[in-house]
Amino acid sequence: MIASLGLILLCQLVAEVAVRALALPLPGPVIGLLLLLCLLLARDRFAWLALGPLRNDGIEDASKGLLAHMSLLFVPAGVGVVQQLDLLEAHGIAIALVLAGSVLITLLVTVMTFLVTARLLSMWGSR
Amino acid sequence: MSANPFSLWVYLSQTPLLWLTVTLLVYAATDAVSQATGRNPLVNPVLHSMWIIGAFLWVTGTSYTTYFGGAQFVHFLLGPATVALAVPLYENRRQVVAAILPMALALVVGCIAAIVSVVVLAQLAGLPETAVLSLAPKSVTAGVAMGISESLHADPSLTAVAVILTGIMGAIVVTPLMNAIGIRDFRARGFAVGLASHGIGTARAFQVDAIAGVFAGIAMSLNALITALLVPVAVTLLMK
Repeated sequence: MIASLGLILLCQLVAEVAVRALALPLPGPVIGLLLLLCLLLARDRFAWLALGPLRNDGIEDASKGLLAHMSLLFVPAGVGVVQQLDLLEAHGIAIALVLAGSVLITLLVTVMTFLVTARLLSMWGSR
Repeated sequence: MSANPFSLWVYLSQTPLLWLTVTLLVYAATDAVSQATGRNPLVNPVLHSMWIIGAFLWVTGTSYTTYFGGAQFVHFLLGPATVALAVPLYENRRQVVAAILPMALALVVGCIAAIVSVVVLAQLAGLPETAVLSLAPKSVTAGVAMGISESLHADPSLTAVAVILTGIMGAIVVTPLMNAIGIRDFRARGFAVGLASHGIGTARAFQVDAIAGVFAGIAMSLNALITALLVPVAVTLLMK
């Protein structure tokens, strides 16, 4: 458990250092995600890598534990928003409506693009 | 133990212990209610924890800085949780690779829809220019969105508010919306909510379906990358 958490932190640390050193316009945790993914894929290829947290589902269990309560992690930032609601005083209702409209449009456009592309591909593949 | 209850309060309210405990317990309670209602979208644990803790801080006259002294330990885990998304991605890699083209297209089209729709709607609503700019990156995770907002000389704190509201709106609306229009492909549903509503949408997707969660995580990560590139372009094209 501790070693697994350590490995997750290490991936993020290496990623943050790389992002800063190379001045990449990318968020560190996303690069950390790619690093951990590469490690997991490399473990399947090279048996000697399967040690410590990369063995017996160590990293798998720790990650699922973290993700099971992902909602909790947004609570501190969310409370900050409650305290900043006076920012919305001037245009609060307009902003809320604009955001709601944009969320609906984004959800529909994204889901439709995904489904139409998937369907076209499967039609094309079955020919 | 202090004899004076007020000095005990002064002591406790300054330590991380109290605020960390409040955060965990309020979340545990709202999450239990969410589970008891079969994950009803309106009983969103983030939304209800937010206002309950917010009200508690307001009643006790506690500043956000003091609260964050305790809550930062929870907030910190957002980074590691993003890294941890590698595990479900790895376990479902066959499904992900098989859907690589629909994902790529949905990512680009969805990202453009997210930015253009919010900028155009905000202009139609007659919002001032700084507000329009601050709302533009609202579909990506707060850290990235605030960075974009800063580079546009907009208002990063208004951006943070927009990001959280967008996340909660998407998390609440996605299940009823997709059920209403009869979409049963959980890959597509998850991808859409991750793109539109970043981590809060992804957390919701994991509650509904494991595959939806995986695709939401991918959409959230990739959208953070391309929104940072596309917002400045879109803003120069749309705001003249």
